[in-house]
Amino acid sequence: MARTLVNVPAKAKRGEIVEIKTLIQHEMETGYRVGPNGNLLPRDIITDFVCKYNGEQIFRAELFPAIAANPFFTFSTVAIESGTMTFEWTGDNGFSATASAPITVE
Amino acid sequence: MMWNERTYATRRGFLIDAAALAGSLGVGLSLAVTPVAATPETLRAAVKRVVGEGTLRRGKVKLDLPPLVENGNVVPLTVSVDSPMTAEDYVKAIHVFNEKNPQPNVISVVLGPRAGRASLQTRFRLADTQTVTAIAELSDGSFWTDSVEVIVTLAACVEVL
Repeated sequence: MARTLVNVPAKAKRGEIVEIKTLIQHEMETGYRVGPNGNLLPRDIITDFVCKYNGEQIFRAELFPAIAANPFFTFSTVAIESGTMTFEWTGDNGFSATASAPITVE
Repeated sequence: MMWNERTYATRRGFLIDAAALAGSLGVGLSLAVTPVAATPETLRAAVKRVVGEGTLRRGKVKLDLPPLVENGNVVPLTVSVDSPMTAEDYVKAIHVFNEKNPQPNVISVVLGPRAGRASLQTRFRLADTQTVTAIAELSDGSFWTDSVEVIVTLAACVEVL
C-alpha cells in the first residue's frame, strides 16, 4: 500500500470554501526512460484520482506520464455538511490506494 | 592504390580529415537517438479532442508557472479560473497541455459547482524549454485558454538510471 497524506481542515463553517491537499507516494514511471540494460522501462503511473465528499464526487483528475513522481494536488470544495472525504487513486498494474478524512461543519 | 596516394604529408591534413569524419559520424548519431517528442501537430490534435468545434478564447484562465525551471522533474503548476462557481455558471473541466514532452497531455480535471473555487495545483515534468497551455471548459460550453513560456535548465525524462 502506497503511503498517502491528505490534509483536510478538521472544522469548517457552513458554506466556507476549504482547501484540500493530497500527496501519494508513487514513482510515476513514464515509459520513456531507458533502464540499466538499455531497454525502455515499462510505463507505471497513476491514471485516475477521485475525491468524494459523503459519497458524491467533487473532484476527479486524469493523470498522464507528465505528472511528477509522488503526485500532489491542491483543490477546494464548499463545506456543506459534516462527514468524510474519501480519496481514491488507481493506476497501471492494478495499482489502487485509498484514504479518507473526517470534516466537521458547524 | 587509393589509400597510398592519399598519404597524410602534414599533420594539418590529417586533422582536417579526422574532424570531417567525426562531424559526419556525430550528425548520424544525433539523428539516431532523437528522443520522442510531442509535435505541434499532436498538440493540436489533443486540444481538438477537448475543444471539438468550439472556439478558444484568451482570458479568464490564469496559468502560474515559474519562468525559469531549474529541475524539469518537478515543476509546480497552478491553474485558476475566474468564475463565480454557482450552479448556473461554473467551470466543468481544466486541461493542461505541453508542446515538447513525449505526450501532449499533462492532466485533465473535472470540477463542479461544489468546488467553490476553480483552482488546481499540482507538480509536473517538463522535458524541454517550451510553452505550456491551460484550457478551461465552462458550463456554458465556452473554452478559455492561457499559455506560458517556460525555460528549463535540467530536462526531465532523459536521464539514464
